[in-house]
Amino acid sequence: MQLHVSTTDGLPIYLQIVNQVKHLVASGRLAPGDEIPPIRVLAAQLVINPNTVARAYLELERGGVVVKRHGSGTYVAESRSPLPPREKIKILTPRVDALLTEARHLDVPVPDVIKLVRERDNAMKSEP
Amino acid sequence: MILPSPSSADAVIAVTGLSRQFGSKAALDDVSLYVPRGCVFGLVGENGAGKTTLIKHLLGLFRAQSGAVRVFGLDPIAHTVEVLGRLGYLSENRDLPAWMRVDELLRYTEGFYPRWDRGYAEQLREQFALNPSARVRTLSQGQHAKLGLLLALAYRPELLLLDEPSSGLDPLVRRDILEAIIRSVAEEGRTVLFSSHLLDEVERVSDHLAMIHQGRVVFAGPLDQVKQSHRRLTLRFETALAAPPKLAGALSISGHGREWKVICGPANLETAAVAASLGAAVVEDQTPTLDEIFVARAGKEL
Repeated sequence: MQLHVSTTDGLPIYLQIVNQVKHLVASGRLAPGDEIPPIRVLAAQLVINPNTVARAYLELERGGVVVKRHGSGTYVAESRSPLPPREKIKILTPRVDALLTEARHLDVPVPDVIKLVRERDNAMKSEP
Repeated sequence: MILPSPSSADAVIAVTGLSRQFGSKAALDDVSLYVPRGCVFGLVGENGAGKTTLIKHLLGLFRAQSGAVRVFGLDPIAHTVEVLGRLGYLSENRDLPAWMRVDELLRYTEGFYPRWDRGYAEQLREQFALNPSARVRTLSQGQHAKLGLLLALAYRPELLLLDEPSSGLDPLVRRDILEAIIRSVAEEGRTVLFSSHLLDEVERVSDHLAMIHQGRVVFAGPLDQVKQSHRRLTLRFETALAAPPKLAGALSISGHGREWKVICGPANLETAAVAASLGAAVVEDQTPTLDEIFVARAGKEL
């Protein structure tokens, strides 16, 4: 699992980790049952505060992305996100809004955006 | 502005109302600071802001002219031996005896600390690739820093005080040093206070921080709170402005023409309202980086 954190954008470091792990899971680069590194290992690797990593893992656990097995480690969850559908839509809506705003500024019509979304979905599925 | 601090009861370091004059110059002016157990506390400020003076009070090298200093709940002047035996210190200039060999210096230092862990010292020496038979004077600046950190860590102190641990070092050595500090925090729950003006480093490594400017604490608290209590607003005006707009609550304003970037503190809502009254729209509202907060705060006269 290779992550990259940066302090130049305003996004808190723990959220950068959360987003990147989610991305790795969504794209299949982390498979259900895969172990993710222990907190202190990832903290040393990224040279960041261990509490920051702990917070990211807690967030991922709450979101159902990973599960902690006591005494053994943290693993990518077997099941899909346990969030109710309405909650999932709520999380996605602001991102879709941001995408549409950008598309409007660039004069890209909505059907082309939808086509691009499908293309990217296919590309992600074929990633190793 | 002082953000809410944890109570002094669970603080490893508690400084209250500390002031210090050097001649007519106030080096520290009514400084209060609490460092909770198990946290990594970043102390930021320009050169000459008072960081080293503060650390020297914690070590019992300076007596408080007014105010109180407690480390592990003890006065470091009255309980020098106990306090120094429980903390590890890396000084800014890393003064080590130049004529000694690395292995001699390890044996020599071991004599001062009943809790010295020879196995751990050896492990760190290997990790830092320090040649035991090399003379201290022949070591590079990076090796010097690593040796200093080794000496501060090898008796597994409860508290580490690091004065500019990575200043003047190349990125590789800096990474090694920070990684060793992080390991020691993650594996042993050690409390660390370190001063630095590398804000990128502070933002990565610390969970609490304080900024000192001209001897005063400008802000102190958990990193998240400090960051969230500042905003970076981008304002867009109807017409181009020849001079920066005057905004109450703004710490810094930069830009030109119709768009201006404003860094503001906790009074950001007010600033947004003032901006609206000037006919400007807030087109972006983001959390600034620590660097931006620092520059905006340091540039503003207190």
